[in-house]
Amino acid sequence: MSTNEYTPIIGLEIHVEMRTNSKMFCGCPAEHFGAEPNSHTCPVCLGLPGALPVANGEAIKRTVKIGLALGCSIAEESKFDRKNYFYPDLPKGYQISQYDQPLCYEGLVHTDSGDVRITRVHLEEDTAKLQHVTLTPDQMKAANVEHADVSLLDFNRSGVPLVEIVTEPDIKTGAQAREFGKLLVQTLRYLGVSDCDMEKGSLRLEANISVQSEEEKAAGKLPNYKVEVKNLNSFRFLERAIDFEIERHTAMRRAGETPTQETRGWNDDRSVTFSQRSKEEAEDYRYFPDPDLPPLYLSQELVTEIGESLPELPQAAYIRLQSGYGLSAQNAEVFTAEREVLLAGEQLLQAAQKSELEPQTVANDVVNKKVETWILDAERVSSAPPEEVAAEVKKVLQTIAKARQTESIPAEEVHAIMDEIASTADGKDAIEKYRSGKVQVIGFLMGQLMRKLQKKVDAGEVKQVLENYLQND
Amino acid sequence: MSVALNELTLREAIDGIRAKQFSAAEVQQAVIATVIKKNPELNVYRDFHETATDENFAEDLAGVPIAVKDNILTPGLKTTASSAVLTEYMPHYEATLAKQIREAGAFVVGKTNLDAWAHGSSTETSAFGPTKNPLNPEYIPGGSSGGSAAAIAADMAIAAIGTETSGSILGPSAWCGMVGLKPTYGRVSRYGVIAMASSLDCPGPMTKTVEDAAIMLEYMAGQDKYDGTTSPTEVPGYRDFIGKDIKGLRIGVMYLDILDSDEQRAVYETAKEELRALGAIVEDVQAMNPEPAIGMYAVLQRSEVSSNLARFDGIRYGEGRDAFGEEAKRRIMLGTYTLSKGYAEKYYIQAQRVRSLFIQDFTRLFAEYDVLVSPTMPGYALKLGESKNFAFFGEMVDKMAEPRAAAGLPAVNVPCHRDPATNLSLGLAFTAPAFQEQLAIQVADAYERATNWNPWRKRQQEGA
Repeated sequence: MSTNEYTPIIGLEIHVEMRTNSKMFCGCPAEHFGAEPNSHTCPVCLGLPGALPVANGEAIKRTVKIGLALGCSIAEESKFDRKNYFYPDLPKGYQISQYDQPLCYEGLVHTDSGDVRITRVHLEEDTAKLQHVTLTPDQMKAANVEHADVSLLDFNRSGVPLVEIVTEPDIKTGAQAREFGKLLVQTLRYLGVSDCDMEKGSLRLEANISVQSEEEKAAGKLPNYKVEVKNLNSFRFLERAIDFEIERHTAMRRAGETPTQETRGWNDDRSVTFSQRSKEEAEDYRYFPDPDLPPLYLSQELVTEIGESLPELPQAAYIRLQSGYGLSAQNAEVFTAEREVLLAGEQLLQAAQKSELEPQTVANDVVNKKVETWILDAERVSSAPPEEVAAEVKKVLQTIAKARQTESIPAEEVHAIMDEIASTADGKDAIEKYRSGKVQVIGFLMGQLMRKLQKKVDAGEVKQVLENYLQND
Repeated sequence: MSVALNELTLREAIDGIRAKQFSAAEVQQAVIATVIKKNPELNVYRDFHETATDENFAEDLAGVPIAVKDNILTPGLKTTASSAVLTEYMPHYEATLAKQIREAGAFVVGKTNLDAWAHGSSTETSAFGPTKNPLNPEYIPGGSSGGSAAAIAADMAIAAIGTETSGSILGPSAWCGMVGLKPTYGRVSRYGVIAMASSLDCPGPMTKTVEDAAIMLEYMAGQDKYDGTTSPTEVPGYRDFIGKDIKGLRIGVMYLDILDSDEQRAVYETAKEELRALGAIVEDVQAMNPEPAIGMYAVLQRSEVSSNLARFDGIRYGEGRDAFGEEAKRRIMLGTYTLSKGYAEKYYIQAQRVRSLFIQDFTRLFAEYDVLVSPTMPGYALKLGESKNFAFFGEMVDKMAEPRAAAGLPAVNVPCHRDPATNLSLGLAFTAPAFQEQLAIQVADAYERATNWNPWRKRQQEGA
């Protein structure tokens, strides 16, 4: 009889399409979103007889960048392997991937709910894209096919560089998975290696989930099954699918059952996962080193050079903005959301310091939208030339400074208004209370006074004039 | 004595065209006429041009008609790899080496038959019927480049291109009595060559003389940005090594102890003496026994084959997977098995270890010798139809080629004997260190000139 406590064991596999100019093993453009189908193809990415791959050096460098940013060790010697399997979107009958010598291995990422170890980061090629469509009778005739339901192939995506990031099963909750995922995307965007756009499919999430009994935990054993949830196209779905699975597995194991080892999908309308295909035995991909690609040797100098080229990473910037400019954690988060935002935002903070405005209050005003500006809009900022950003910084600070500027208040005006207030019953009563020692009524009087002044004035200054009035008359 | 234009060597054809003794179109016409006449019997060519062209050619190869093995992509001529899977396949792009020779002025006259997918050593596994040996049409020409060898032996081309994974250039060259050169792995681009076993495949020239092979290799060799396994090593002027003496060169003799018969051993003992007479230092060496190479090669090659042929999945190219022949199916199945989980360690990885041992053995031998010489094949060509009685026929007859293939080394075959009864030929293989093709060329050329076994050289020398 097992006990009732179960520990979730969750690992993530994340595929990221890289935004290089050309594909992984040929010169075709890697950008495929929205392109005319099969317009970015050549013998290599179509897998034509006799075509050979040549590795894209930039994609290798970018993978190393990702590895370094995730705290990985970089392999001095690495290689590409063939992963053999049949699928219509795989024109060679194998995918060029990396098997036992990934470019990057053994990294570490800190999340608020604990460390997540990175198993490996490797480089591979994307597959073509299948579209299942139903043809009209006219289209059937034109295409000379007998069935209306057909599958179309678009090879524009075939051979696009794809990075696979695999974590150790260190994640314990859906929320932690979400936090990790968001941090990862933020980091990848800082590195400028991918747009990580889930709608375009440039980021794909998979979670491997199981729950561990106390006995297993005590014996240091992982559960003898795992469920893979695939095709999760948002972090919200990732979180909900994981939490759903944890609950499902726990209930099953409490009832003495073991969840089936399988691949599942997420149905968001019904908020459930559903079985896609059973995976009782591991597939045999018959990996072997791709004889068409020489082994990769990465010199220590190159790795050092790539390491030195890394930008400040979001977690470091987040801490620095708080300690350096006194930003609140919340504002620091907004200011570090994207690298372009950080760069423009920090220009604003520095300019604020120079013009003797407090950076944290400027940040507050901008975050709370007291000033209208696009300085924190990543898309706008990244498309703006430096002069335009500088002009915007200046504009924001002027607006804030102007808002801070107070008109000087002639004492006689205050006095006149106070005389007016004193002539009302409430006013007279309050003034008497003040003079008899109940100084807290000054708040009421200040309110009345400010409303009647109808000017942007410094409250402290007004208070002083008011106190003079109350004490002197 | 006037020589028919199709019987010219490459060197003679180029010189004659440049000197305007005859035109490129006339040479093409002579070759095409011979093809049309002999092809029905010998089955040498697949797709070929039936008319000469009067277009202008670069003067390097001067429009000379050259035969290309049908696993090399040539737009304008179907490329089938002699498999029914690609029966009607018209390539969309040009192999780098085809482009290189075309730009140098070659007229690709046609595509030559091969064992389907280059799987074999007899040209009998072709989906389009076997090629016959021009020396004696009852016999096989060897393979897999049997079509290219026969094209030369029957004067149906001035020069030809073959591919060798293990023995597929040298073997048929030996059995058809002509010259074949297998370059170092990575010396000639594989881009646009339908892959057999990618870590071993080497395209190379098949010609009438060693000099012709040297000329062809100059245009074929070099780094290709489309083939990451090609070497940046500079391409020497191979022709400079023609007509040089070999005095003082150290030549190691291997594999004489594993020949089919004493009669053949006597042939090679004579060859040793002929080399010694040219001033070379000729010594018997104990090379690693090639027997383990048979299994090593069979495993590595089939593993790669199973992956390389996966793209012919029945979705593209017009034919289903049932169009694969028996030999290809056997190789796909065996290769799939040797790469499978639990078996890869026992077969594929073990084979890689054996491969390393052969590489080490050659390193040891080349520390002492400039060139190694051996019989090209363990015996004579078989009669048509006989090879299917032998399991792993190709691996057995190519056992002298497999260690060299595993090490990626260059070699040249020259004829060294003709059997008066059958008219069949035996060949002598000169193996050189990696990227030292010129050494094999130098020794092979000296041997060719000093002996009477090369009919084209003999004709030249008798005419002179």
